[in-house]
Amino acid sequence: MKTINYILFLCFFSFVVNGQKIEVGATKKIKSIKGAIALAKPGDTILVHKGTYKEGNIIIDKKIILLGKDYPVLDGQKKFEILSIKADSVVIRGLKLIRSSYASMEDPAAIKIYSHNYILIENNILDDNFFGIYIQNGQNCIIKNNVLKAYGKEEQKLGNGIHCWKSNDIQIIGNNIQGHRDGIYFEFVYDSVIWRNSSQNNIRYGLHFMFSHNDSYITNTFRNNGAGVAVMYSKEVKMINNKFDENWGQSAYGILLKELNDGYILGNQFIKNTTAIYMEGSNRMKFENNLFQENGWAMVVQASCDDNVIVNNNFIGNTFDMGTNGSLVLNNFDSNYWDKYEGYDLDKNGFGDVPYHPLSLFAVLAESNPSTMLLYRSFMITLLDKSEKVLPSITPDNFIDNKPLMKSLPI
Amino acid sequence: MNRIIKIILSDILKNKIVLAYTLILAILSWGSFSLEDNSSKGILTILNVILFTVPLVSILFATIYLYNSSEFIELLLSQPIKRVKIWMSLFIGLSSSMVISFFVGAGIPLLIFAPTAIGLMMLLVGSLITIVFVALAFLSSIITRDKAKGIGIAIMTWLYFALLFDGIVLFLLFQFSEYPIENAMVGITAFSPIDLARIQILLQLDVSAMMGYTGAIFKDFFGTSLGLFLSFLLLCLWAIIPYFISLWKFKNKDL
Amino acid sequence: MIIIQNINKKFSKLEVLKNVDLTCNKGECIALIGPNGCGKTTLIKAVLGMVLPDNGTIHFNEKSISNEYLYRNDIGYMPQIGRYPDTMTIGQIIEMIKIIRNSNEALDEDLIKAFELEKMFDKQMRTLSGGTTQKVSATIAFLFNPEVLILDEPTAGLDPLASEILKEKIIKEKEKGKLILITSHLLSELDDLVTEIIFMQDGEVHFHKKVATLLEETNESKISKAIASVLKQKKPETQNPKLETIS
Repeated sequence: MKTINYILFLCFFSFVVNGQKIEVGATKKIKSIKGAIALAKPGDTILVHKGTYKEGNIIIDKKIILLGKDYPVLDGQKKFEILSIKADSVVIRGLKLIRSSYASMEDPAAIKIYSHNYILIENNILDDNFFGIYIQNGQNCIIKNNVLKAYGKEEQKLGNGIHCWKSNDIQIIGNNIQGHRDGIYFEFVYDSVIWRNSSQNNIRYGLHFMFSHNDSYITNTFRNNGAGVAVMYSKEVKMINNKFDENWGQSAYGILLKELNDGYILGNQFIKNTTAIYMEGSNRMKFENNLFQENGWAMVVQASCDDNVIVNNNFIGNTFDMGTNGSLVLNNFDSNYWDKYEGYDLDKNGFGDVPYHPLSLFAVLAESNPSTMLLYRSFMITLLDKSEKVLPSITPDNFIDNKPLMKSLPI
Repeated sequence: MNRIIKIILSDILKNKIVLAYTLILAILSWGSFSLEDNSSKGILTILNVILFTVPLVSILFATIYLYNSSEFIELLLSQPIKRVKIWMSLFIGLSSSMVISFFVGAGIPLLIFAPTAIGLMMLLVGSLITIVFVALAFLSSIITRDKAKGIGIAIMTWLYFALLFDGIVLFLLFQFSEYPIENAMVGITAFSPIDLARIQILLQLDVSAMMGYTGAIFKDFFGTSLGLFLSFLLLCLWAIIPYFISLWKFKNKDL
Repeated sequence: MIIIQNINKKFSKLEVLKNVDLTCNKGECIALIGPNGCGKTTLIKAVLGMVLPDNGTIHFNEKSISNEYLYRNDIGYMPQIGRYPDTMTIGQIIEMIKIIRNSNEALDEDLIKAFELEKMFDKQMRTLSGGTTQKVSATIAFLFNPEVLILDEPTAGLDPLASEILKEKIIKEKEKGKLILITSHLLSELDDLVTEIIFMQDGEVHFHKKVATLLEETNESKISKAIASVLKQKKPETQNPKLETIS
C-alpha cells in the first residue's frame, strides 16, 4: 500500500501540482537532455521528443520526471552508461535506450540506480545493452512493463536484464526480457515481488535468485533459458502460478533449488524441461497443485533434502517422474497423480490401493551411468523395470506414494 | 514386373495371417489410444509394437511365406522371367503388404490420435523396420533349404536384435563405464536396426530427457539433420544389404 | 535346336551330371530314360535355367542360355510334380500364366477342353488330386504353342483316359515339327511317340540313338524290350544292380 500511495502522490505531484515542463527536441529551444536536467528544478518534468540523443552518460541528480514522446532513442554508443540515477523519486518513462557500454568491473547499465529510493521505471524499450536495469541498494522501486532485449552469445559479454542487489521492497511487473545473461537477477533482495514477467532465451538463467528472503514470484513465464531458473540460499520464497517451459540442456532446470528452506511452490506448470525441479539441500518446502508434463525428470530430489512435502501434483508424460542419488528418503510424496500408476481402486475412495514407486529402476541406472539412456524404452529395459516394480531390489523401498490419486487433478 | 507384384500382393493380402496381424495391430492401437484422454499411452503401445511385434511378424511371416512359395517360384522360373525380377517382385510384394498391414493397423490410429512429428516419425520408422526385417527374412530363407532351419534362423535373428543386442550393449556400458565410451556407443547402435529406430523415436518422444545428461551426446549426433539422415540411411542399408546378398544367392541357386 | 556341351553339376559332393553332351533337333521326339536319380530331372532343369551347371554350355537356337531368360518363351515345361500356390484356383493359375507370358499369339486351349478343366476353374489348387494337378501342368505346358516341349513324367498319375488324351496331343504336336523331350519310366507308353532315345545312368549319357536304329540292333519290336536287351548285354560289364529296376 505504501508504494501505491507513493505513486498516486507522484502523479498528483507531477501533473496537478504543476511542476514546470521542459521540452527537449531538435526543433525545441532545448536540444539536449543534459541541458534540460541542468535547467530543471526538483519536481519538473522533462519531455523528450522523438529523435536520437547521443549524449554519453546522463546523470539524473534531481527529483525529476523524464518522459519520452514516441520513444526517443538514447544511444550509449557502446561507450557510456546511459542513465545514472542519483536522486530519490525519479520517474523514467517511454524512452528507448540502446547500446550501453560494456565493462567487466563496473557493470554499466542502460539505467542504473545508485543507492536511491522510490524510483519508477516504466514502459521503456531497452535494446542491445550490457546490463538493462540495475538497482544497486535501492528501496521501494518499481520496474514495470519494460521490454529488454540483448543479443550476445557469450556469457562474459552479457549483463543481466533486471539486476537487483542489496535492495528491498522492489516490484518487478510485466517486463519482457530476452537474450540477456540472467533475465532477472536478485542478490540480497528482501520482501520483493516479481509478477507477470516473461523471461526467455536468456543465456544463463531466466531468474537467478540468491540470498534473498521473503520474496514472491507470481505468474511469470520462464522459457527456453540456458539453465532455467535458479533459486539458491534463500528462505521463505513463494513461487506461485509460474510457467517453466522448454528449459533444455545438460544442466538446465525448470527450477534449481539449492539450500532453499521453508518455501512454498503452488500451482506452477513445468512443461518440457530436461529436469523440472532439481533439489539439493532444501528442507521443509511444500509443493502443491503443480503440473509436471513431458519433462525428462519431473523432480530430482537429492538425498540432502528432507521434510519436503509433495502433495496433490499431476505427473503426466514425464520420461522419469523422480530421480535421486541416495537411498535415504525423508520426504513425503503422498497423494499425487502419476500417469504411470497401474494400480486399482477397489474401495472407490479415489486413491489407489497399492502404493506407487515413482522412482524407476532405469532412473537409478541412468543416474549411476548416464550412457544407459541409449537403451531407454528398449524391450530389455522395459522387462527390467517391470520386474523391479514387482520385486524392488535396487530402488529405495520407502520412496513411495502411499495414496496415489486415480484421477488427475484439474490444474 | 508389375504383373507379378500384383499377383503376389493379391495372394498375400488374402492371407489369413496378414489379416490377423492387421486386426491385432488395429485392436492394440485403437484400444490403447481410446483408453485415456492423452495420446501418450497409445504412443507407447505402438512404440512397443514397432520394436517388438513388427520385427517378429515381419521376419517370421516373410520367411514362412518364402518357403511356402517355393513351388510358385519354381513355376515362375520355368516361365520366361528373369530371376532378379522374380526375387524383386517377391520382395516388393511381401514388404509392401506388410507395410500396408502396419499402416492400416497402427498407422491410421496414429494419424488420427497423434498427428504430430512423433506420429509421423513412428509411421516412417515402423514401415522401415518392416522392410528391414522382410529383407532379413529373405536372407535367412535363402541361407538354407530346410524350412525348419530357416525359421529357426529367422527367430534367432529377431531375438538377437530385439533382446540380446541390448543386453550386450548394457553389459558393455557397465563394463566400460570408467572410459569415455559414449561416442563408441552411438556408433554401436548402427549395428542394430531396432536400436536405430528406437533412438529416432526416443528423440521425438523423450526430447526433454534426451537433451540432458549424456543424452546431449545422442542429441548432438542423432538429433542433427546429418544424424537423422545418417540413421535413416543406415536403416535403409539394413534393408538393402541383406536383400542384395539374398538376391546374389538366389541368382546362383539351383532349384 | 538344343545343344548341350560338356555339362557338369555337383550337388555338394554328389556328382549329378558328368560331362553330358547332347544335341536335340527340331522335329525329334526324344525319350530321356534312366534309373531313379540318374540326373534326368537335373538335366532338364539345367536346360530350363533352373539349375546352373558348374561348367559347360547349353545353347538354345544357337544362343547360350546363361543369363538369358527370353528363350523360355519357346519352351513349354511340364514338371514331374506340379506344385502351385495353394490358395489359387485353376482359373487363376492359368490366367496368371497368361498374364506373365503376355503373349499375343493364339493360345492352344485344346487340353483345357479335352480335360474338361473349365468345370473346375473355381477349385483351389490344394483341393486337387495329383492327377488333376498334372492335367493343369500339361495344359500350361502346351498353352502357348511353344517350339519345344519338355515333359517330365507326363503320364504319371494320370488316369488311362487322360493319359491317352495327352499322348494324342503329344503326337499332334510332334507332327507339327516341334522338339519334344520326355522323361518317363513307363517305356511301354513311349512306343508310338518317340523317335529317339537317350539313356542316362549315374549322371552320364549312356547312349543316344534313334528308335529305329535301336530296334534294328536288338531285333526287337518294342522299345521296352529293346532297352532291356541292351541292358542285359551291358550287365556283365557294368555290374550295376540298379538296372533291374528298369521295366
